[in-house]
Amino acid sequence: MFQLLKQIVKTGIKTEAYPQADEALRAVAQRLQSEVLKNFSGALTIRHVDAGSCNGCELEINALNHPYYNLEGLGIKFVASPRHADLLLVTGPVSRHMETALKRTYEAMPEPKLVVAIGDCGCTGGIFGESYASCGKVSNVIPVDVAVPGCPPPPFAIMQGILTALNARRTPVPREP
Amino acid sequence: MKIEGYNLDFFGIPGAVPALHATVDAAQWRETCRRAAFDGGRLVALWGCDDSDIGKGPAVHAALLVRPGLMVITLPVADGRYPDVSDIFPAAGRMQRAACDLFGLVAEGATDARPWLRHAAWPEDAFPLRKDFSGHQSPVSGRSGEADDYPFVQVGGDGVHEIAVGPVHAGTIEPGHFRFSVVGERVLRLEERLGYKHKGIEKRFEQMDLLQGARLAGRISGDSTVAYAWAYAMAAESATGATPPPRALWLRALLLERERIANHLGDLGFLGNDAGLAFGLAQFSCLKEDMLRLNHALFGHRYLMDVVMPGGAACDISADDIGRMRSECDALEQSVALLKGIYDEHPGLQDRFIACGRVAPELAAKLGLIGLAGRASGQAWDLRAEYPCAPYGELEVRMATHRNGDVAARVTVRFEEVFESLRLTRLILDRMPLGELSLPVPPAAAGAFGIGWVEGWRGEVFVALEAGPGGRIRRLHPHDPSWQNWPLVEHAVLGNIVPDFPLINKSFNLSYSGQDL
Ligand code: SF4
Repeated sequence: MFQLLKQIVKTGIKTEAYPQADEALRAVAQRLQSEVLKNFSGALTIRHVDAGSCNGCELEINALNHPYYNLEGLGIKFVASPRHADLLLVTGPVSRHMETALKRTYEAMPEPKLVVAIGDCGCTGGIFGESYASCGKVSNVIPVDVAVPGCPPPPFAIMQGILTALNARRTPVPREP
Repeated sequence: MKIEGYNLDFFGIPGAVPALHATVDAAQWRETCRRAAFDGGRLVALWGCDDSDIGKGPAVHAALLVRPGLMVITLPVADGRYPDVSDIFPAAGRMQRAACDLFGLVAEGATDARPWLRHAAWPEDAFPLRKDFSGHQSPVSGRSGEADDYPFVQVGGDGVHEIAVGPVHAGTIEPGHFRFSVVGERVLRLEERLGYKHKGIEKRFEQMDLLQGARLAGRISGDSTVAYAWAYAMAAESATGATPPPRALWLRALLLERERIANHLGDLGFLGNDAGLAFGLAQFSCLKEDMLRLNHALFGHRYLMDVVMPGGAACDISADDIGRMRSECDALEQSVALLKGIYDEHPGLQDRFIACGRVAPELAAKLGLIGLAGRASGQAWDLRAEYPCAPYGELEVRMATHRNGDVAARVTVRFEEVFESLRLTRLILDRMPLGELSLPVPPAAAGAFGIGWVEGWRGEVFVALEAGPGGRIRRLHPHDPSWQNWPLVEHAVLGNIVPDFPLINKSFNLSYSGQDL
């Protein structure tokens, strides 16, 4: 136990400064404009669905919750059910065998149903493309707000993508008095 | 060429891993498998192919490991039927079912003839890997929206109920379906259903040439990108007769060991976390992240994608880089030793690890468990030690093996392999030869056949490649160790409680993408 506590003290806080939202990543702005900030109350919940990735993108999403990136410190939390989620992170090209599961997950989410597609595969279908077994990019199956390229995109890029999705929603709506 | 005990004419397959190839008839197909099993060998892979474009019919191939080395046998099956071997090698069952889904080749006598990789994306009478399959569909199909009704095995009895989990899971992991039959909390039976991530990788390869294929090979299972890229490069070099320069081979080994360390660090963190020690995840993930950042700085990619290429390596290291990796090794060794001490002495953690998810060595041997999980259940196979390709022959890899076969044993094997990989990394850095990084790969002759076989962090990755006209790929089968190991997860959870499943599953950490293809 002593060793454990000593190691915690020695390690200290590893979290780094947060990135600024990158407006260039925004794919769809209009859909977001009618929504309001108060839907989030300053806290965001995310559900992740792997729709057919090579599992490289998952490694980077997992990294988001590690001390260096500490996404929870931003008030952003991964949840187990789509019914609790404001935002859906989707990785991979959508395999035809995951098409139904992805649609159902999307349908189960409450409004405003933000969707961020992760990785070259999520953006375009990537190296797997469209075929008898793959539907290609995520937006072929469900509406996508922000697409984050990269193979896999590093954690910072994923965070920027999430922040962009939020900002897109926040900007046009004036705060309530 | 003859091998004692096998009444077959073998031809040598050139390349980094010595292997033999023979064409067999139906009786010899079974006889060869039986003989290999009797001698303590095992099934490495089984796959189908369609040679109708070159004036032949379909065929099945099997790669068997026998004491003298790797043996590939090919059975032409004009009528699409061949004898089942899943009674000899249980691991063959799912591979045969996949060959049926993709080629319509039927293993006669097999007890389980349900589809494996096919759900609802293509009809029962269509076979996507046949050469005449013209299955390009619109981006969103009508068919795949339908749910198919897969006949799971039902368990009867008083108080037995089913828990269906997936394909979408609660955490950030890959999709698959698990059907538990339980009484109270105890698991009576687990049945897996995979194939959700099937995205047509093998068909995709057939639209590529040898160089393009390297990128795709590195994305079959992203966490094993170096192992796949190396196995692919080895297969391409074996088919074309290219020999990569020594420095490239040493660089590949360096990258493979870095991939092993990074994955083991990540798993050790998650295993601590799944057993309630979040401290472990925080600590190990920092160590892993430091390593990924150094990967990015030295090799241009956090997970080392696209740095191993047919003909050599697409990266290089300077004397300064060697210094950085040496200090990284020192720091890692110290931290991991300290964390191992904490894990070993943490009563709560050990209580969850010990005797949980046990696969006894006898069962592991019977069902063909391999790789890291196999070594935790007394299956002493590690290609780096037993059938070393250059440069492993000079490194004398010390294999980690245990007999308990529980989560604790799989944790221990990971710790030991991290230390061994650090030792190997230092040796590689000390002895790294100078010279060229890559040599041009000559064009492959149509019909040329090559194989690659590499011990990745999860287990052995096997690639069989056949070249077509114009330097293109005619058929490529990549084989993940998860094919062999997934069925053992079904056994490992028996008698355990449902809440221990995530921990047991993580202790194997198998690839869905690698087996779904
Ligand atoms: S974008 Fe790259 S890392 Fe992500 S799933 Fe696709 S191939 Fe894998």
